[in-house]
Amino acid sequence: MAVITVDGRDVQIGDDEKLNCIQAADRAGVTIPFYCWHPGLSVVASCRMCLIETGQKNKDTGKVEMVPKLVPGCQTPVKDGTVIITNSPKVKANQQFVQEGILLDHPVDCPICDQAGECWLQDYYFNFGHKERQADIKPFTSDRKELGEHVTLFADRCVMCSRCVRFTREVSGEAELQVINRGSHAAIDIFPGFPIDNHLSGNVNDLCPVGALCSSDFLYQQRVWFMEPHDSVCVKCSTGCSVQLHENHDKLYRIQPRFNPNANEWWMCDKGRFENQYIDAPERIGGVKRRGRDQFENCDWPAAITEIQRCLQDLVTHQGGKTIAAVVSPFLTVEEAYLLCKYFKGLSPEATLVLGKIPVDGQDEVFAKGFTIRAEKCPNRRGVEEVLRHFQADFMTWDQFLAQADAKRWKGAYITGLYPETWNDEADANRIDNISLKIVQDFSPSPIARKATFVLPGVTFAEKGGCYVNHAGLIQATDWALKPFEAAHIDGQIFSDLAGRRGLYQPTAIMPEVAAEIPFFARSASGVPDGGLNLVTGSEKSPRTSQLGTVTHPIPTFRTVASDMLEVES
Amino acid sequence: MQANDPNIQWVEEPQLGWTGRMYLTPIIDGLTITLNHFFKAAKGDTFTVQFPEERPKFGNPLIYRGVHRLNKDDEGRVKCVACFMCATACPAHCIDIVGTQSPWEDREKYPQSFVIDELRCIFCGMCEEACPVDAIELTSMFDLTGASREEMIFDKEKLLSVYDQTIAAEPMKSKGGHAAGKGA
Ligand code: SF4
Ligand code: FES
Repeated sequence: MAVITVDGRDVQIGDDEKLNCIQAADRAGVTIPFYCWHPGLSVVASCRMCLIETGQKNKDTGKVEMVPKLVPGCQTPVKDGTVIITNSPKVKANQQFVQEGILLDHPVDCPICDQAGECWLQDYYFNFGHKERQADIKPFTSDRKELGEHVTLFADRCVMCSRCVRFTREVSGEAELQVINRGSHAAIDIFPGFPIDNHLSGNVNDLCPVGALCSSDFLYQQRVWFMEPHDSVCVKCSTGCSVQLHENHDKLYRIQPRFNPNANEWWMCDKGRFENQYIDAPERIGGVKRRGRDQFENCDWPAAITEIQRCLQDLVTHQGGKTIAAVVSPFLTVEEAYLLCKYFKGLSPEATLVLGKIPVDGQDEVFAKGFTIRAEKCPNRRGVEEVLRHFQADFMTWDQFLAQADAKRWKGAYITGLYPETWNDEADANRIDNISLKIVQDFSPSPIARKATFVLPGVTFAEKGGCYVNHAGLIQATDWALKPFEAAHIDGQIFSDLAGRRGLYQPTAIMPEVAAEIPFFARSASGVPDGGLNLVTGSEKSPRTSQLGTVTHPIPTFRTVASDMLEVES
Repeated sequence: MQANDPNIQWVEEPQLGWTGRMYLTPIIDGLTITLNHFFKAAKGDTFTVQFPEERPKFGNPLIYRGVHRLNKDDEGRVKCVACFMCATACPAHCIDIVGTQSPWEDREKYPQSFVIDELRCIFCGMCEEACPVDAIELTSMFDLTGASREEMIFDKEKLLSVYDQTIAAEPMKSKGGHAAGKGA
């Protein structure tokens, strides 16, 4: 056990932990301000904000020998006996003058800057700056430049921390960004004609501690303090990045990655971040529809539920359980898949369970430090498969289901869609046309929905809570962020109503039931922790570590931030 | 503040004498005030104003908190930079702004739409305090009427027209602030 002294207070750190002074100080509850350091990037020690005094305690004599000059805390590893001083006049004066130096070139256009409210420069200035600023303020004009589809640069706001440059070199690997010119003329730029267009480009906007890099998609949409964050999981591929959904008045404004050492670390891809227009697409299905003589009629929920229950029951009694099937979409949560399967197997043990279509697009895209965008474009194939396997060892695939439809096996089918992208075409719809009872649960109209007997409006991932299991068997819980669209119901609620369960559907109440019944989920019996839980290996690393560099603030301001956010995994 | 704070001065209610206890002096005191006002009014010295034929006079219209206006800059463009400070400060949540990139070279952001629900407003003046460019101000216009609720929801054009109506009588409260686009 190594003992470090921070401002006179002793903290213990594990022997195998490799911490720098910023992290060690944070263990003692002391904040060392910093800009250029990021736990996911290389250390350059260029901003000089983290300069501190440090020394070494002699074990035998107990005497402390201090280094005569200030040293960068981000670059100085701690070992047993290290002494860190962060509150001496020398350290404080340095912090104040570093800030003042940055502000000489900074426009202080906070009123029009999108970063205001979550800006490190703003927060640090209040906590570590001079009382009054000495340079002039030149607000309301900005040096705006598009660097790529999703990235807008406001060059005058930059503090030259070079985090963005290092990200494109070390993580996304395409090195589009660079520092041009030198000294006080230094600026971030791209090479003419080569925009930043890698598939992780959105991350540089999060990395930028100030408002120099702003998301083009989010620019001027909302002031950040109006939005409410909700923890969720991205559903665009089977990596299952932990994300935060930022919403105001039930409109989703932006998605940012949430640090999770088990899944995505600090990053997420642009597809997951920006391609979510389907959530408030005007053509979404808003109400329950049932087929009348030759067109759809509106219908209310209780009537639809009773009628579907009756029709399915009739089919089972008159035609046998073999003729009905439930298609379980890989976009359903574990709890929802469980409820649907349980309902169908309850109708008849012979009912068939089908794994919905698995959308696959190209090859896995692996980046330099291991971040992967998977080809499998759904969040919960693994979880749904395990649920299906429990109820029916030889569940069918979507293609087998269609083949059986061609053979006129089905009389009734419950098809769940909920895919963000188009997932069926006229040909598929024609193949299932001979099924007499077609219940389609989806949020966007598709050829199959148009042929349905009943159309039930379901919801997107942002509107529901539940658990998803990613490609590696990591189960993660999400929280709902938006209210369901128009008359849509949460999918779990629909299944729970169909199954005749009373009251509101609560995923957290269903999960223990799933865990008790299906051995694969046994580990999640007492809930799913923040960073998820690997159902296969049982390992769980807490994300309350090295959280810095994404959404979280470096220092608590108007929002309280857990102070153990700086720790790094051993 | 504690009850034993030295800054608190405790005052005892005076005891009534026997005339007081017989209601005599209090009644005479009260009637004197009434009669004083009666004779003053008879001489024409009244406080009441025959509104709307007659308009009340303000001591200082510049500190009155009436209908809002949106100020214009030297080039006649809306001064507002869409920073949302007023919307943030507003305790009644009656300000709704949609900000976007401005069409002008020298300005980065401007309000595409700026709507105040005057019925919801409590005329506290917080918006005026919060504005970093002195773009929103409360005028001394107080007799706000409308035939419908919709009419009382003021949009950007209407708020700018209040500026045109009032600027002659009520100059902008501060020349300072930061004239948008001009630098300090
Ligand atoms: S643009 Fe932002 S991230 Fe890049 S160097 Fe400047 S301040 Fe740092
Ligand atoms: S020098 Fe240490 S964080 Fe920049």
